[in-house]
Amino acid sequence: MGNFLKIFYFAVISFFLMGSVAYANEPTSASEAHEEVNVKELILEHLADSYMWHVTKVGDHDIVIPLPVIVYSQTSGWHVFLSSALHGGEEHEGLVIAEAGDNKGKIVELVNGQEVKPFDISITKVSFTLIMSSILLIIIVMSVAGSYKKDPLSARKGFHGFMEMFIMNINDDVIKPCVGKDYKKFAPYLLTVFFFIFLNNLLGLIPFFPGGANVTGNIAVTFVLAVCTFLIVNIFGTKEYWREIFWPEVPLWLKVPIPLMPAIELVGVFTKPFALMIRLFANILAGHSIVLGLTCLVFVTVKLGVGMNASMSIVSVLFSVFISLVELLVAYIQAYVFTMLSAVFIGLARVEPHHAHKHN
Amino acid sequence: MSLLIPDSGLLFWMILSFGIVFFILAKYGFPVIVKMVEDRKLYIDESLQVAKQAHIELAKVKADGEIIVDNARREQVKILAEAAQTRDLIVKDAKDKAQVEAIKLIEDARKQILIEKEDAIRDIRSLVAELSVDIAQKVLREKLDKKGEQMDMINRLLDEINISKS
Repeated sequence: MGNFLKIFYFAVISFFLMGSVAYANEPTSASEAHEEVNVKELILEHLADSYMWHVTKVGDHDIVIPLPVIVYSQTSGWHVFLSSALHGGEEHEGLVIAEAGDNKGKIVELVNGQEVKPFDISITKVSFTLIMSSILLIIIVMSVAGSYKKDPLSARKGFHGFMEMFIMNINDDVIKPCVGKDYKKFAPYLLTVFFFIFLNNLLGLIPFFPGGANVTGNIAVTFVLAVCTFLIVNIFGTKEYWREIFWPEVPLWLKVPIPLMPAIELVGVFTKPFALMIRLFANILAGHSIVLGLTCLVFVTVKLGVGMNASMSIVSVLFSVFISLVELLVAYIQAYVFTMLSAVFIGLARVEPHHAHKHN
Repeated sequence: MSLLIPDSGLLFWMILSFGIVFFILAKYGFPVIVKMVEDRKLYIDESLQVAKQAHIELAKVKADGEIIVDNARREQVKILAEAAQTRDLIVKDAKDKAQVEAIKLIEDARKQILIEKEDAIRDIRSLVAELSVDIAQKVLREKLDKKGEQMDMINRLLDEINISKS
């Protein structure tokens, strides 16, 4: 995988390098200014979601995969069409992609000259990747599970063996020690979370069409994951867990006139999943930004001359390779951390009354 | 800042796809895998235990076998020794008996010889008596002829008898 990425980045960068050198030979200040603006927008555009999947640009022609737009408007009802109809700021059925303002990049309906945001469940780049990776994950795990029907007791080989080892490693070394004695009840959820995040992280590292979408670096995705953990932690919390929140074992004055400690504990209940959400989101977002930023170094240095541009391109390639490898590590670590912390929170919520309490 | 605001459409798809993934994998995926791996682990552990037991038993059987072989060998030695003893005894008995028999035979033979001898002596005696009577008759016939001739004649007759006898 790393090797593959390396080769890929070399190929892409050398391609861009040739292009940018060619650009540098055209002494138009307008195009230079244009390039500079593009860098920032390129990164932000990639990090954000979009209605169509921009694959590459051949000459002046964009290669775009159109994705379905599903929108419900209170004034005109349901609209379902391909996003290619909105390409290049065109209007379709009274809908347009806003170019600026609060709804920038989102589909809005123009009602009496006002932008109104409709209920929008379009399959965007991120949701498309999400659905794709979900299907992929189901296929992978079910193929491993299905292989047991044929031959239950022999050891797995190849990919199935690897997946089995991987699953059992997470199950035995992360979930089991973190959750505690009734870990079996929560293991399916935590394993699902781990492999869901890990697969999406990995897909995000592939820099071309089927991957490359910023899925786990999107706050909506991490938000749902964090909410799931939050719900599980609090639904399966024991009486002792709630007692420790509202009546913790601290000096009385810390909880009686002003419920200081209970307030802190209560805030803690929400900050834990919040931290989970932000951690995963920020890490993956940062990873994508760094790789893109380093790649854009090639374009930024165009105006510094051919020599500088060439040397900076080499630096850019080397750093991109390095960061991509680090991202590979981060992809695993973030999935691991999310799973482990979820497991720890569940474990903490499953506390049993301890002996010291009985003497009080 | 739009990056920090969850998009409703994406939320919808995320809840849907994660929900479906969770439902399928938590029901038919991971528990099956974990259970099978643990079953297999148990099976392997049991197999190992059984193999260990079998190994111990085999060693025991082997030891037992060795003891049996050992005993058999000792028994064999003992039996052989006894057989040898018995054989020696039988041989000795036979020898003794044979000796006794031989002695008895010799004794019988000797007795027979003695009897024969006595018979022979008796025969000789009677012969001698007859001869003596004959000689005495002849001597008495020529009695008083010559004293010296008489004596010669007796000797000659005795010689004749001895010659004819021998």
